[in-house]
Amino acid sequence: MSENAALGRREAVATLLKDRGDLLVVSGLGSPSYDVHAAGDQPGIFYLWGAMGGAALVGLGLALARPDRKVAVVTGDGEQLMGLGGLATIGVARPSNLTIVVIDNGRYGETGMQVSHTGRDLDLSRIAVACGFGDVRTVSSLAEVSMLRELMRQESDRPRFFVLKVKADAVERSLPFRDAVHGKNRFRANLGLTPS
Amino acid sequence: MTDPASPTTADKTRSMLECHWSVELYNRLKAADVRQVAYVPDAGHAKLIELFVADREIVATMLTTEEEGIAIAAGAWLGGDRTVILMQSSGVGNCINMLSLAVTGRFPLLMIVTMRGEWAEFNPWQVPMGLATETCLRTIGVRCLRAEEPESLVETVISAAKLAYEADQQVAVIIGQRMIGEKKW
Repeated sequence: MSENAALGRREAVATLLKDRGDLLVVSGLGSPSYDVHAAGDQPGIFYLWGAMGGAALVGLGLALARPDRKVAVVTGDGEQLMGLGGLATIGVARPSNLTIVVIDNGRYGETGMQVSHTGRDLDLSRIAVACGFGDVRTVSSLAEVSMLRELMRQESDRPRFFVLKVKADAVERSLPFRDAVHGKNRFRANLGLTPS
Repeated sequence: MTDPASPTTADKTRSMLECHWSVELYNRLKAADVRQVAYVPDAGHAKLIELFVADREIVATMLTTEEEGIAIAAGAWLGGDRTVILMQSSGVGNCINMLSLAVTGRFPLLMIVTMRGEWAEFNPWQVPMGLATETCLRTIGVRCLRAEEPESLVETVISAAKLAYEADQQVAVIIGQRMIGEKKW
């Protein structure tokens, strides 16, 4: 249960994204976008502020377009729960360069910390296994997060799914820009693509 | 006496036309540099889907629900790929909030929607989204271009592809149910 988790979300995401190199990152709306921003804003990040349930699939489209690059989606339990079917789609599409990372506090942080399904013991990792993800892990310590960081860099024949069990405490917001057109153009420019 | 199992001349003509427009659409979308296709299986789109899935240059992703395609298309564009999303009118209802991603980010969006619930429809459950499809799309900010014949469909899709991929517009091409024909059991 997240009540017993000792891992702070900011430290967890900062550790996961440390020395990220040319990793491409998509962040899910709410706290995960703030966590990714707090870990260091970079043009290789696309922040979502909406489209709930879509983060992993934005990652899928990107991973399929750029098989030469590693892609990580950093999202929350509530966001991922809204797009469970997407995990099936990703499992079947089977991109080898995509990792879905769920920052799981068992709560809906944006709306008042209401308990989510994972806070009531739903196990997202078992769903990911059933959907065909390869390396599926649930971790709750910084040492384990460091290990995941190394795993993300290695070759794989299937997408990966990591659940980071974090404390359900409120953290000060670290707000990225909200303009998705800017985010899109910045992200594409970083890949050498020009605006229309 | 005619064999009830053998197709009528009208059926054969329709089948040839369907084949024609699917092949033509496939060729023109390829020429427009489409590289990803996202779809939920659909009888009206069946041939077009078959052509894309068989093409090794195309990344074809089957979805559990249509809204996934909107998110995939945005991610694909972030990586430089053009995507077309194929769905039925009922699927448009599943997409509404996810379309905010395409509209807010001005992501190129090309959806091709086959209509149900508007012409010789036998299933009342298809009628509400049949009525609501274009209204929903326009209200959320997606432009609708309608085609009722194979000839105009091809040029409509080409026009929509240009609007989407070159003018960063969000466009749905609506294929009338009259053109697709009645569902056969």
